Amino acid sequence: MPFEFLVALRFLREGRMQTLLIMAGVTVGVAVVVFITALITGLQANLVQRTLGSQAHIVIRPPEEVARPTLDRASADIAARVESRAQRLRSIDQWEAVFARLAETPGIVGASPMVSGPAFASRGNASKSVAILGVDAELYRKVVSIEDDMVAGRFRPSGTDAVIGIELARDLGVAMGDKIRLATAGNREDLVTVVGMFDVGTKDLNRRWVFTSMKLAQNLLDLPGGVTNIDLTVSELFGAEATARTIAGQTGLLAESWMQTNAQLLSALRAQTASTLTIRVFVTLIVALGIASVLVVSVVQKQKEIGILRAMGASQGRILRVFLIQGGLVAVVGSILGSAIAAALVSLFARFVRSADGSALFTPLLEPSLFFTTWLVALATGVLAATLPARRAAKLDPAQAIRST
Amino acid sequence: MSTSVLSLADVHKSYNVGTAVEAEVLHGIDLELAAGEFVALIGPSGSGKSTLLNIIGLLERPTSGKVRIQGEEVTALDDTGLTRLRGRTLGFIFQFHHLLPAFSALENVLMPLVIERGRRDAEMRERAAALLDAVGLANAAEKKPAELSGGMQQRVAIARALAVRPPLVLADEPTGNLDTHTGDDVFALMRRFNEQHGSAFLIVTHDPRLAARCDRRIELVDGRVVAGAR
Ligand SMILES: Nc1ncnc2c1ncn2[C@@H]1O[C@H](COP(=O)(O)OP(=O)(O)O)[C@@H](O)[C@H]1O
Ligand SMILES: [Mg+2]
Repeated sequence: MPFEFLVALRFLREGRMQTLLIMAGVTVGVAVVVFITALITGLQANLVQRTLGSQAHIVIRPPEEVARPTLDRASADIAARVESRAQRLRSIDQWEAVFARLAETPGIVGASPMVSGPAFASRGNASKSVAILGVDAELYRKVVSIEDDMVAGRFRPSGTDAVIGIELARDLGVAMGDKIRLATAGNREDLVTVVGMFDVGTKDLNRRWVFTSMKLAQNLLDLPGGVTNIDLTVSELFGAEATARTIAGQTGLLAESWMQTNAQLLSALRAQTASTLTIRVFVTLIVALGIASVLVVSVVQKQKEIGILRAMGASQGRILRVFLIQGGLVAVVGSILGSAIAAALVSLFARFVRSADGSALFTPLLEPSLFFTTWLVALATGVLAATLPARRAAKLDPAQAIRST
Repeated sequence: MSTSVLSLADVHKSYNVGTAVEAEVLHGIDLELAAGEFVALIGPSGSGKSTLLNIIGLLERPTSGKVRIQGEEVTALDDTGLTRLRGRTLGFIFQFHHLLPAFSALENVLMPLVIERGRRDAEMRERAAALLDAVGLANAAEKKPAELSGGMQQRVAIARALAVRPPLVLADEPTGNLDTHTGDDVFALMRRFNEQHGSAFLIVTHDPRLAARCDRRIELVDGRVVAGAR
């Protein structure tokens, strides 16, 4: 075993109480950091899942008509008048080309064209205002995990089969296999069969959304061959806004990310992330101070030994490393213990903290990368915290240390 | 003078230089020690014996003057150079044993070897065990210093000082707090190693009987060598 490890281990073992204390400090620190981070990560994943489970990360639309280059933009009253005019349904120009290009863009993991517009759904005397969403079921499933929200049937809008929300089904009094009538402003109408029902967790959407095939929606909305928007899923959730801006710049289309449409959620997430970071920074600081102060005391107590080692030919560098290694060892052992405690806390949390109906509120996320980074930070903290005491030890005057018996 | 293991020329040492309490402790020491010599350093308390030993031991720097160890001039060496030279050529025995309390007797003896080579290996163990055997402590190898008597601790310290077979061993009152009988044993042990290995010894002692049994006596009074410089 190298000299430095041999001596560092022995010094730690000799300083029992102190060693236990700093190790406990690191253990608690690591446990707190890992547990809090897992908790917040889990909570955020849960929030994001709830919000974005039924929503695309980025929605691409045709540009607003007002944004025509020939228009005199300085003329405010014209702009106001143009804006106030209801936007008529328009298709994305040459959407197939745009779609093909998006599908190949790195960072985009799913793309789904959609034909959507307002309509009335009726059965007997009951009539409700709805939004028709004409999709390719296969593509749409890759963008939104709607399949998870199905309470009856499957998500298979095709031909004249439609999938509606549970609220609409209740309002119209329809059951699976029943037919409903969809009518649009242009006096176009069609009979569709309800083959599935969903509950996306939002009453309003459960009441308004009617999924049909693209072809049916194109007919009803008078957009032959067109699509009104393209929904995208990105791999990097928080990169959605940047991706959206890039797409808008490249295509001249409107691209809106979830970060724009859910500004409040985003700022809540950011605030959580910031507070976790604050906790992590302060815990790390406290642990570092603990390690440093205990090692400073240890250097004073070990003056004589350090003097003897120097007299026997141990260089300043060697003495320095002996104390750096002590900081590192304490950090490594504390990290392992702390991680184990955090993992235990997480499983306790998942077991006992439940909502009123007994279902799990959310699961704290223990990612391997969390352990990895925490260990690295702990190790760096241990070694850095040991720097000051280690320097003092190395600079100790051996003659003085030996004389002071 | 190739057989000179130690040579001091006009060595001065002052403490607290540049302050109101500046005091010169050594006033121009000239000294020679030949290889294999067994020399006593005597003098009243406060005369500067420990200071001189620390300077020779490269633990302190002289304020002025030249120190040569094994022919190597040390004034120009930096801390790393001093440390290396110290580890290679010098063995220390102190009055208060100064063993490492966290390590066993055997580990204390092999520590200079571990420091010299950077790591511990099996061959060192044998050498250290042989040394412990030579000082009559084969049975105490695994004991911690606290479990050993003063005389035993000092014998471990002697074994440790000889681990790297240094050409010069410095001993500061090695028998100072041992009873006469144990002190004689320890002294005899140093003499034996001196004869067997040829290491030179410079021993600070207050015991005139022991001093009389050395090859030569250097006497220090008030920071000056008054007898035995050569
Ligand atoms: N670090 C120091 N600072 C100031 N004075 C010192 C220091 N070390 C020793 N002295 C002084 O130097 C003188 C010689 O001390 P020392 O070498 O220990 O003598 P001895 O070993 O012969 O008893 C004493 O007066 C002592 O007080
Ligand atoms: Mg003294």
